[in-house]
Amino acid sequence: MKQSVTLGKVTKFMGLGFLSTFKDLFTGKLEKEDYKAFLRKVIVPVASVLLFLGLWHLGAKSLYNVEAEFRIEKALNEQGQVAADEMAACIASGDISCQPNTLPSPSQVWASFQSLLNDHALISADKAAFKEKTATLNEKRVAEGKDPIVYTGRPSFVDQIFRSLKTVFAGFFLALLIAVPLGIFIGLSPTLKSAFNWFIQIFKPVSPVVWYLLVFMIVKTLLIDSSEDSSFSISFIAVGLCSMWATLVNTSMGVSSVDKDYINVAKVLKLGNFQKVFKVVLPSSLPLIFTGLKITLSVAWMVLIAIELLAQSPGLGLFVWEEFQNGANDSNAKIIVAMFVIGIIGFLLDRLMLSIQNAVSFEKTDAI
Amino acid sequence: MAYLELKNIYKTYGTDENATEVLSNINLSIEEGEFVAIVGFTGSGKTTLVNLINGLLEPTKGEVLFKGKPVEGTSHERGVIFQNYSLLPWLTVEQNVLMAVKEAFPKREKAVYKRKAAYYIDMVGLTPAINKLPKELSGGMRQRVAVARALSMKPDMIIMDEPLGALDALTRGTLQDQILNIWGKDKRTALLITNDVDEGIYMADRIIPLRPGPNATLGPEFKIDIERPRDKTEMNDNPNYKKTRNAIIEYLMDIGEERKSQVSEEFVLPDLAPKDFVNQFR
Repeated sequence: MKQSVTLGKVTKFMGLGFLSTFKDLFTGKLEKEDYKAFLRKVIVPVASVLLFLGLWHLGAKSLYNVEAEFRIEKALNEQGQVAADEMAACIASGDISCQPNTLPSPSQVWASFQSLLNDHALISADKAAFKEKTATLNEKRVAEGKDPIVYTGRPSFVDQIFRSLKTVFAGFFLALLIAVPLGIFIGLSPTLKSAFNWFIQIFKPVSPVVWYLLVFMIVKTLLIDSSEDSSFSISFIAVGLCSMWATLVNTSMGVSSVDKDYINVAKVLKLGNFQKVFKVVLPSSLPLIFTGLKITLSVAWMVLIAIELLAQSPGLGLFVWEEFQNGANDSNAKIIVAMFVIGIIGFLLDRLMLSIQNAVSFEKTDAI
Repeated sequence: MAYLELKNIYKTYGTDENATEVLSNINLSIEEGEFVAIVGFTGSGKTTLVNLINGLLEPTKGEVLFKGKPVEGTSHERGVIFQNYSLLPWLTVEQNVLMAVKEAFPKREKAVYKRKAAYYIDMVGLTPAINKLPKELSGGMRQRVAVARALSMKPDMIIMDEPLGALDALTRGTLQDQILNIWGKDKRTALLITNDVDEGIYMADRIIPLRPGPNATLGPEFKIDIERPRDKTEMNDNPNYKKTRNAIIEYLMDIGEERKSQVSEEFVLPDLAPKDFVNQFR
């Protein structure tokens, strides 16, 4: 029987089942008893989002008032009544120079988000124009054997998102390349396990910041002759080292706890060691390995921000740090935008890994 | 000389005060081409006995001889059909069988493997399901895959460990006939472990009861003098069948009674805990 791929199946597989409920709502497919589920799955989340925004708005407003009153009071104490009145008028007028700097309200964050998108459009246009302008010159330079001129303007917010994703995936694949083979060897051999046990126990809880410093010490020396920017290598290696532990532990656990029935099958069929590992042990531990990889990816995304910030590697982490240092009137709002973007991307990465994990999983009972 | 011979087998699990003697003083000999059934209660040590014969376990004391040579480890000469099928859930029916074929006949062409696998899958009537995963099959179909996998290695002897235990009565009947058919074709030696007396009588030449463990040992054998091919309905009227069946059941019941009267003895459970792997890394 051929299985058709429908929207419902895809969304359910991705763990986004509520999307199909939405579709049913608009196509009028909902039955009476479905309304209860609809209420729980759609109305309740939407209501809680609204409640969250409301609380945020109120909280931001009261913080704003606290800050404003403090400024007026300060002006009154230091410079007298006239300055205080001026300050109050200035704040009320919405002038940028005297706005209280505090938690931004949802609307400010939304405005910042749009200004970041506009900024991206501007920079992209600028880049395209630059490319066009230098196209002929670059052709000539390449023909002469020189390096082409590249755009060196500041990156937009969207560019930084992609740069962060690049770093996190580079780190993730580094973790995968180290942790999966190592985990398999540790899982297969009790000797290796006891050899590596102290290593895992001691290095697993080390903080991302310290990993960054360690990687920095090593990579700095290794790349001592190179004039290239090493911040990308440092940050992705540090991300990989921080996040690989979950995969390492899960892989070795999966490999060392293969079901006895499968091992018996391997023995009865007289599989060689190589065959046994690749045909029986590895497939049966794939679900656990992918559970580990899922944790690794989410840890990688989480530590990425801190590491980019320390490594001065362009990306969301650096963006957040620069905005904080910047202290412009919309910096706080931009930080909150970055926070949501980080959260949403983290959520999507998690879903991505979950779908892969579901695809490779099987139940032991499947074969009994 | 017997084809398979067990001489004074003892099997103990654990050491010192935790030691439990599961099998004691097992003597058995099976001739070539014979179909022998061992009937016993659940938990009487049947699976241990099977694993000793197929080479997954070693006896604590005594000798297992196959074709006159001591059994050391598993061998393709002895095909095993496990109680819980033990198919690899990530492989299709064909891949499960192919895996065995490739191991048993190394260095052939791919087409040869495919043809062999297809032949044995056809033998158990699963050709339409050849590309399905085990989870898409019913229990009976899964066990047929396991049968095909065991047969595809062309074993000289088939060892079956309660192969039909988890199946419903109807599927059981069909599979019994299929196994008998296959066995009848080239008269391989077969050993069936079962807890169903009727199944044993229907399929085997000899039935040997296993007295329940600990210290399980084999009881007196019962010969089944019913001509093959046997017919289930006709068999019910066969006086020989009734006599043998009653004798075996009576014997097993007596053991059961004996066992009940001994229950007053207290069992000290060994102090076991699951291997704590995760915590070692914490």
